[in-house]
Amino acid sequence: MTMSFEKLHEIADCALERHIPFWKVILEDDCTERNISAEESFETMRRMYRAMKEADEAYDAELRSASGMAGGDGAKLEQFRMQGSHLVGDYLSEVMEKAVKMAESNACMRRIVAAPTAGSCGVIPAVLLTYEKQKGTEEDRMVEALFVAAGIGEVIAASASIAGAEGGCQAEIGSASAMAAGSVTYLENGGEEDIVHAAALALKNMLGLTCDPVAGLVEVPCIKRNVSGAVNAVTSAQMALAGIRSVIPPDEVIDSMRRIGKLLPACLRETSQEGLATTPTGQQVAKRMRG
Amino acid sequence: MNVFDIIGPVMVGPSSSHTAGAVKIGYVSRKLLAEPLKKAEILLYGSFLATGKGHGTTLALVAGLLGMKTDDSRIPDSMRIAEERGIEIIFGEAELRDAHPNSVQLILTGIDGRKLEVVGESIGGSRINIAGIDGISTNFSGDYPTLIVHNLDQPGHVAEVTSMLAHKSVNIATMQLYRASRGGYAVMVIECDQEVPKESIAWLEHLEGVQKVTYYSLKDGE
Repeated sequence: MTMSFEKLHEIADCALERHIPFWKVILEDDCTERNISAEESFETMRRMYRAMKEADEAYDAELRSASGMAGGDGAKLEQFRMQGSHLVGDYLSEVMEKAVKMAESNACMRRIVAAPTAGSCGVIPAVLLTYEKQKGTEEDRMVEALFVAAGIGEVIAASASIAGAEGGCQAEIGSASAMAAGSVTYLENGGEEDIVHAAALALKNMLGLTCDPVAGLVEVPCIKRNVSGAVNAVTSAQMALAGIRSVIPPDEVIDSMRRIGKLLPACLRETSQEGLATTPTGQQVAKRMRG
Repeated sequence: MNVFDIIGPVMVGPSSSHTAGAVKIGYVSRKLLAEPLKKAEILLYGSFLATGKGHGTTLALVAGLLGMKTDDSRIPDSMRIAEERGIEIIFGEAELRDAHPNSVQLILTGIDGRKLEVVGESIGGSRINIAGIDGISTNFSGDYPTLIVHNLDQPGHVAEVTSMLAHKSVNIATMQLYRASRGGYAVMVIECDQEVPKESIAWLEHLEGVQKVTYYSLKDGE
């Protein structure tokens, strides 16, 4: 039995040495870990991809969360995009829309895929589903891209954290953004170095992000932060594909995320005792929810 | 942690700990009860009590008690479904000492009168820990078939149970022993790599000194 990867460069090195793609290193590791066939692992990942797609298609603009704070914003972005009035291009417009939709569905108790967490569930599907739709990419290749994302996430989980309560929002939206950046870089035919640097560039932009949700709910600021994570993933991928490198090597970026997470005070790690949660408006919502 | 803990699980939102974990606690508890539910007292503690409403924790616990899994789209409707099935649900606050912040105490009664008290903790991601059964501390995850034997604290019961498992080719993954007092009430919690056959559980129930056997199967509908 192999240990799962704790460094991104271990995955990249393994891919280069064995002349197999990045995603296949992750798939083979899963097969060894769980003693299953390559087909079983691949098909399980396909089910995850399809579940993301179903969740996106099931978006209901009428739904509101129990707090009343969440719902309907995805439809606003869709309408805005349909009018043709958008600042950013077609691809990013739809990425933004899908990110909000998924995160709103989550807040409204719809079925989603945690990737890596429920609070950050909008980032990866927004980037990937929009890519497939606009480029007409084959589903198999999209599933491969999810393996790339999973490999990056596994390394972050093993070497730092993917839990807001441990590392703040950088561990949730930050991790999701790094995962999405690597996977879309793969789809654009980026090599191993491009993939890990896209992840590093994305994660660097999210370092220090706190988890201070209003009333402890996965709504404010989580839903709109899925948009930032998704858009950041795309811009980071574009930088990496253009040949830009993170001066701080990817694994050192992940380690700094771990150290920053440890330094964050508990009041900014999912306890709702500071930040946005304790603003006058935030406290009003919390009071209403307790009542 | 495997890749499908990173991409996955498929779950009903909004929170892996407060929603998916809560469903799983209810689901495992319902299986441990081993008969359809008639009445459930759901006593919340800590963060489950403070933010449970917004996270749908109560709906999630009821859904699990009805046998739903974490990806069941009927979770938001669980209270209505429980009512339709004539199941009495009572909510309250748990009085637990030094419990995990995301804890719930469930006091369950089955249609044939079987009673069970469970303390469940949601410990991060959608992982859970069953921290107590019928007032005795336990420690298991619901990731393995789990056999729980309540017996009198007398010599030989562990040997009886483990030799039965050996005879049925069931490998023990973890095993824990607890007792309330010397010679009093004792519990063994055994997580197994294989399912324990039904007839073996029935056989255990009839052993002298064994007071109650609960079993958590990974198979659906059992």
